[in-house]
Amino acid sequence: MKYIDEYRDRALITKLAGKISAAASREYTFMEVCGGHTSAIHRFGIPSLLPKNIKLLSGPGCPVCVTGTDVIDRAVAYSGMDDVIITTFGDLIRVPGSETSLERKKESGSDIRIVFSALDALDIARSNPVKRIIFIGIGFETTAPGTAVTIKEASKAGINNFLVLGAHKIMPPAMEAIVSEGTRIDGFICPGHVAAITGSSIFDFLPGRYRTGCVVTGFEPVDILQALLMLIDQVNNADPKVEIQYKRAVPAEGNRLAQKNMKEIFVTSDAVWRGFGLIPASGLRPGKEYERFDAELSLPVEVPFHEENRNCICPEILRGLKNPGDCPLFAVACSPGNPVGACMVSAEGACNAWYKYKLEK
Amino acid sequence: MKDTINLNHGSGGRQTHELIKSLFASKFGMEEPLTDSAILNKSGKRLVFTTDAYVVDPIFFPGGNIGKLSVCGTVNDLAVSGAKPEYISCSFIIEEGLPMDDLETIVDSMAEAAGAALVKIVTGDTKVVGKGKCDRIFITTAGAGYLEDGKEHISTGSHVAKGDKLIVNGSLGNHSVAVLGARNSLNFSTPVLSDCASLNHLIKKLLDGCRSIHFMRDLTRGGLAGVLNELSEMTGKGISVSENTIPVDEPVRGVCEMLGFDPLYLANEGKLLIVAGAEDEKNIMEIMKSDPLGINASVIGEITDKGGQKVILKTISGGSRILDMPSGVQLPRIC
Repeated sequence: MKYIDEYRDRALITKLAGKISAAASREYTFMEVCGGHTSAIHRFGIPSLLPKNIKLLSGPGCPVCVTGTDVIDRAVAYSGMDDVIITTFGDLIRVPGSETSLERKKESGSDIRIVFSALDALDIARSNPVKRIIFIGIGFETTAPGTAVTIKEASKAGINNFLVLGAHKIMPPAMEAIVSEGTRIDGFICPGHVAAITGSSIFDFLPGRYRTGCVVTGFEPVDILQALLMLIDQVNNADPKVEIQYKRAVPAEGNRLAQKNMKEIFVTSDAVWRGFGLIPASGLRPGKEYERFDAELSLPVEVPFHEENRNCICPEILRGLKNPGDCPLFAVACSPGNPVGACMVSAEGACNAWYKYKLEK
Repeated sequence: MKDTINLNHGSGGRQTHELIKSLFASKFGMEEPLTDSAILNKSGKRLVFTTDAYVVDPIFFPGGNIGKLSVCGTVNDLAVSGAKPEYISCSFIIEEGLPMDDLETIVDSMAEAAGAALVKIVTGDTKVVGKGKCDRIFITTAGAGYLEDGKEHISTGSHVAKGDKLIVNGSLGNHSVAVLGARNSLNFSTPVLSDCASLNHLIKKLLDGCRSIHFMRDLTRGGLAGVLNELSEMTGKGISVSENTIPVDEPVRGVCEMLGFDPLYLANEGKLLIVAGAEDEKNIMEIMKSDPLGINASVIGEITDKGGQKVILKTISGGSRILDMPSGVQLPRIC
């Protein structure tokens, strides 16, 4: 397949793995921020190609994993209303809230539909004028523009039965929370699709304020290995910077149209991240002009605060402090069929990848 | 107004009899009188018996429908056990309001699939339930066939040994992707058709032409990954497969890349895994390549050491990882 096979070329991969082994002269800890990278790294067996002195940590970049329980609880509360249809991306329906999940609610008769984009949810709103359609807007800079365009379209078309339960987040504040906490990370593997929207400058604070380098990269094995080699070079030369490996998709300035739409619709707000708590200015909500599409404002529901399972170490995993293997629940009480924490639910969660590809503790 | 199924069709009265006689019995070529049980003639042979329920949504999808599926699936369950499928029973649970035309199309497909597989649909049952009590139509088929002596080991894999080759008869994932596409009205630019097909004739050729077939299984729910893990567990042997030898059609790969699905976990309805002694590899591949249902066959790996009980996938990148048992339904990812 074009644009895929050339980045899975065995000879090139072997060559890159050899170069990495030769260049890796000390211990390195790199963090892949994005769940897509976590999943690709394990799917392609990348760790088995790397020398032992390179450690990869999974970061806070799986949108399902960092979504607070309160969002699920709110969606569950909405799903109990007779005139509501919940529309959501697939990964989210199995995430446990404090009492139940959307999957359980769906089984007991709530109208909960999996959609592939926010625009699909808007179509459902069009064809169900007497219902209120709530789209759970989660994801980072990659999915937020889609929600922005949909809100804009709903506004233009005068569709009033479409609401967004807003949980979109932006990535840099969480990365900053990790580096400022002092977790030892020698460099970040940054998500190419986020940078394709935002441009690479959103990561400038890493070398600027924290002397930590990063490489913006794609999701194929050749991309990831090349990014690792670039990071090793940065560390070896004590030259932390923002580099783009994923030049075929990421122009330095990003996607101006998507940025414009995001800016027009959303304002940043404080947001609760699972594992981190409240991070200032890390979330996106519809701005003043589009407030009526914000489900929490237009259709407020009270959800009681619940503490999460104390044994679940998702918070530490998301902050790069621990690995799934350190968790007492991992593969005992918590598995993809019966997840306790969000990192086990999404295919992009670190625990799910560990479980699926059976990494040794 | 178009004819639809109503509760009277399941009453056991006149309408039921008319439906059975005019539609089911006539299309399936059932012999009169229509008794409660079919009497099957065959003595001195080992009977193989299976059943399966079909609840696919949507009931019509590119490459087939629930009727074709309900015959092919049961034929394949018998055939991969090494048996010759002969008889099928079918039981319908129909939601009131199902258009009669739809039912007729489904029944036609069943008759056609049974004819092609040379099996007879010999008995059945019909129930009609109220609106919302089932999803249009559910079909349960049972199948009976006969097993020749010396083929008992095929379903249990008891002869599977180190060095045996693993062969699949073609590309994986087409059925799942076709159904997913139809269910969600995803308009693929290249249409993906379900691979739904009866494999019994291909399997007969293989069994007639090869002496060392040690195991066969159709790759339905759970996909190749599910079957490989079951095989490893059943035999206590290790399995090694190479990702780059596993055939997956381009459009299926595209959909999987986009939605984050793994084709090795997707269901197929016309694919099987064969495990056979290395001496038969060439033979099997020749027979496969000469049959439309095996034209894309590929040798994907082999049985390894004893007691490993692990399925190892050599990835495209040259790394390796464990190919685990599927867990839960695959969900489309967010980004």
